[in-house]
This record gives sequence, C-alpha cells and structure tokens, in this order.
Amino acid sequence: MRLQYPTDIKIILLPCTGKLDVLHILHAFEKGADGVYAVGCMEGDCHYNSGNLRARKRVEQAQHILDTIGMGGERVQMYNLSSSEGPRFAQIAVEMDERIRKLGPNPIKQVKHRAA
Amino acid sequence: MKPKTPSKLEKILADGHMAVTSECGPPRGSDPEVIVKKANMIKDHVDAINITDNQTSVTRMCSLAACIRLKLMGLEPVLQMVTRDRNRIALQSDILGAASYDIFNVLCLSGDHQSFGDCPTGQNVHDIDSMQLIQTVRHMRDEGKFLGGDDIGRPPQMFVGAAANPFADPFEIRVPRLAKKIAAGVEFIQTQCIYDIDKFELWTKIAGDRGLLDKVYILAGVTPFKSAGMARYMKNRVPGIEVPDEMVKRMADTPKEKQPEEGIKICIETIQRLKEVKGVRGFHVMAIEWEDKVPEIVEKSGLYPRPTVV
Amino acid sequence: MIVADKKPIEEIIEQIKEHEKILILGCNECVTVCEAGGKKEVGVLASALRMYFLNQGRNVKIDEETLERQCDHEYLEEIRDRMDQYDAVVSLACGVGVQFMAEKYQNTPVYPGVNTCFLGVTEKRGLWTERCQACGQCILASTGGICPVSRCAKRLLNGPCGGSARGSCEINKDIDCAWQLIVDRLKALNRLDDYEKICGLKDWSFDRAGGPRKVVREDVQE
Repeated sequence: MRLQYPTDIKIILLPCTGKLDVLHILHAFEKGADGVYAVGCMEGDCHYNSGNLRARKRVEQAQHILDTIGMGGERVQMYNLSSSEGPRFAQIAVEMDERIRKLGPNPIKQVKHRAA
Repeated sequence: MKPKTPSKLEKILADGHMAVTSECGPPRGSDPEVIVKKANMIKDHVDAINITDNQTSVTRMCSLAACIRLKLMGLEPVLQMVTRDRNRIALQSDILGAASYDIFNVLCLSGDHQSFGDCPTGQNVHDIDSMQLIQTVRHMRDEGKFLGGDDIGRPPQMFVGAAANPFADPFEIRVPRLAKKIAAGVEFIQTQCIYDIDKFELWTKIAGDRGLLDKVYILAGVTPFKSAGMARYMKNRVPGIEVPDEMVKRMADTPKEKQPEEGIKICIETIQRLKEVKGVRGFHVMAIEWEDKVPEIVEKSGLYPRPTVV
Repeated sequence: MIVADKKPIEEIIEQIKEHEKILILGCNECVTVCEAGGKKEVGVLASALRMYFLNQGRNVKIDEETLERQCDHEYLEEIRDRMDQYDAVVSLACGVGVQFMAEKYQNTPVYPGVNTCFLGVTEKRGLWTERCQACGQCILASTGGICPVSRCAKRLLNGPCGGSARGSCEINKDIDCAWQLIVDRLKALNRLDDYEKICGLKDWSFDRAGGPRKVVREDVQE
C-alpha cells in the first residue's frame, strides 16, 4: 500500500507469532534493541489456532522480567490486527516508535558502548 | 453396659439416664477465672464439661490445665485431645497427666487444620490420627501398657469418646466410620451440632440396622442460633453443618431483637425431637460464648435436675 | 517427578550480586519438565541477569550450561575443567542437584535458582500437583492407589475428618479431599468394605523423622 511508517523499525517475519520465544525478546534487548513488538492475528483468528495467544503470554512474561531488572516492561508490546489492515500496521509502528522515543534508548547500550 | 471407669458421665449413661454435657473454651491467656466463671454458669445443669483443645487452631490455654482447674472445683471434665499438635509421646504423656488428677473422660479428635488459626505457618503433627488415639487410650487403660510396650504405673482409667458428623461428606461412609471408631474402642460419641433432624435420623437408622446403637452412647450435639446471620453463616460457610432452609427462614422472619430467643426455642424443640430418636442417649450443648443460656436450654428441655451419682 | 518453581529474579540477584563470573547451570530432567530449570529457563535467566548488571554499569560474565542431571557424579564431572573460570554457580536443579554441586565443588559457592516443592505429576501444562511424600513405607495397596500421607492435609490414615465437604478439603475447596478420592476408588474397585479396616500406627522412622535416609543395595555395589 506504500504507506509511510518510521524507518528505524526492523521487521522479522515469522510464520506465526506463536513462534516467538521469550528468549528472542530478551536477546534482542541484550543486543541493543530499544523496543520490541509482536504483531499477530486478531485473537480468535490465529491461523494456527492459538499461536497469538501464546505470544501474548510470552510478551507479558518478558514485560515482567524487563520490569524486574529495571529495563522497563513497556519496551515490549503485543498487537493484534488482521493481515489486510495496512493503515493499522502503520499506525502501530508510529505508536511504538513514539513510545520508545519517550522511554529513551536502551540503557545498557551506553554501558556496552563505554565498555567497548 | 456396665461402667468400666470411675467416670461420672459413664455411670449416668450406664444407669440409663439421658446425659447432658456442654463445653467451655479456655481463655487466650492464663487467667483461670475465665474457666471458673464459665463452669459455674453451667455446673448444675450438666453432667460433664468438655474443654476444647486449641479449637480452630487458635492458641489458647491448654485443655489439660483447664480440665485440672475443673477437677479442683469438684466438677467432671472431658479432656478434648486433638492429634494435630502433639506426637504419640506427648499424647500418652498428657493422658497420664490427666489421669494423675483423676480426669476420667477423653474425647479423641483430629483437630481443625492450623491454617484456620493464629499460627498458619506452623507444622502440624498428626503423628497418629483420632482413630489410632482411641486405640491408644484403650490400650493404655485395658492393657496397662505404653505404645512402646512397657508397663504403665497406675494406668489411666479413661472413658473414651470421639466425635461423629452425620452431615459431613461422603455420607455413605459416615456409618462405616462410626463402626470403625467403635471397633477401635470408642465408648461414647458427641455429634456435630444437629439442625437437619431427618438426616440425623437416617444416620441413626443405618447405624441401628448394623447393631451399632447398642455398642456406643451417642450424645446429640445442639447449638442455639444467636441470630439469623449466625444461622445463615452456619448453613453456608461451615463445612459439615447442614441447616434446613425453613430453619433459616424462621430465624430471618423473626424481628432482630427476638432472634436470640427464637434460636433458643429452636434448640429446645430440636432436643425434644431428638429425645425420641432411637440411639440418642444424651445431649452435648455447644453454646460457645453463650454459656449463660445453657441452664435455660437444659431446664426447658426437661433435662433438669441432673441425676446424682453415687 | 520432582516439581520446582523458579525463584524470583530479585532473590537470585540478591544472592549473586557480589560475584563477577557466574555460571547458570540447568538440568535436563525434572526441572525441564516443570519448566523451571531447563535449558530454556537457563537462557532466560542468564539474559535477564546480564542486562540487569549492564544496567548497573557492570559487565558481569554470565555463562550458560545445562547438564543431563545434577544428581549423578558423571554429569557433574563434565564441567570440572571449566569451574576455575567462575566465582559462583547458580544451579537451577532441584535441591538435590544444588547440594551435590556444592559437595563436589567445595571452593565455589553454589546458589539455588529454584524452590524445590514436591514429588508430583503434570496434570496439564502449567499445573503440577503433589502426589508423594516419600514416606518410605508405601501403603497405596490399601488405599486404592491414592495416598493419604501426601494428599490429606492432616495425613490421616483413617480419614476423612469432619471437615470434608463436597469432595473438597476443609482448607481450600480447590483441594480434593484425599479420603473422598479413596472412598470413590474403593467403590469403583468394589472394595468399599476395606474402608472399615483400621490402619495401624505409622512407622515414621522411615520418613524424615528418622533422620536423613539412605537406600543400600549391596547386590549392585562393586
């Protein structure tokens, strides 16, 4: 649809958000990501039945861990939309981008940078 | 049945009278006057007084000490013993302690779980259960021996009781459970408080068909409602107690200031009905923190004066 | 299996915060099945801890390893030549593994990463419940295969108590009354008459009460 959305978002394609593991989310932050979000099908419409429901639980688990270690659980989010909703996809990207800019860069990036 | 112990309670039952017992909860402190006061309120209207053992797992003065206090007043105590807090060594030891003061009645119980009380993080013991405690007391009395096998000097002469709850689940084993306790050696039973007389009669009928009613004295438990709220609470929130809807309605339809009086009336009516039930050999009136009403209940139920025992 | 539950990350951080080089050591057996201490959980914990310390401005070395078991010599020996790299180990094995690690590696502190809870079953994923208390003298033959020692809150051998209500234990209606289960099962097996057999005193000396226990099999010893 050639809609505009922020350029600093890296898209990783999965067959289903159910494939997303808590470890993937944590490693992304370890490697310096400022935010991570998962975009899955509408609840009830998952192509693989409940993959998106599992993804939501894992996102929540990651939020809890990130809160506990002081990184901020809001940096990871789960969204649901149908694959035809191009404008919504762009809207989510903008929303996430704004949220992360407000939260600031990943705090451990500076430490790693200094250590290097 | 001929009495096997010097127990006054046993003698009254053996003589064919309806026995009346009641209970006192010891204080959450060391003041003996609490027990003295409660006992004085009821002493002429009952044959024996149960002292509860850290009931609902709330820490109180121990049952044994309060029973000794009663004995020193010249009254007949029933020592309630739960297996929750003491192992077999301590239980045998406390039985001897009671026997040393000529306490002749013991009620063997498991005890409410400690999570209900003031020390929910404590251990529970349950080294032996109530069934095995019944066996233990009988063994100490009749064989004159400790569980370990050694002889007991001056064995205890205890009249052994236990609780029964015809209203607990599963109903189908409630009479087999009575049979089991009788086989273990129980001699008298105090039931949980009765409101559903039909169900109680069913239980006694099944027990009677098995020939159990000749083997044990059953004292029917009764508790007066203080209020409609109490009736509802007991119906809905206390496991093992069943209250018929009509009874709750009767309390609820009574104006608030007359509810205590109505509750006592229901209690007296219950006793009168239970007197006709085969197998009922007496009553256990549980009027917790309402001990001053026991005399009225006993008198208006036609159970006063209490028989004197030689 | 042995069922364990993850310790809160805050608690683990508190235990290890003085150390600089830490090994997170998982176990591939029971704690993997109950999703508390397997390879996955090791990865998640390690990543979370690395980020935590980085956030504190410290570059703490946190390595990951998962052994087949931590209750046999052979498997714990596999890491012997790496141990000098670490000044602490967080073991996600059950209490058995943590202790065996500590015995075998006297000079390295070992911290528990999980709370070991009980011997139990997986009722369904995410729900594990207790079944056995390892009392040392199994009586399941007489109770229709349901254990009153582990499943009755008062471990009554001649239950139920008067608090059993509608199949539930008096302490919590989500807990089954073990004796209701036993009665149901005896009925199903046509053995309800067994209910009236009085179970005698238990010998608790085979249980924890008798002190730390052992099993010796001379026929298989070398």
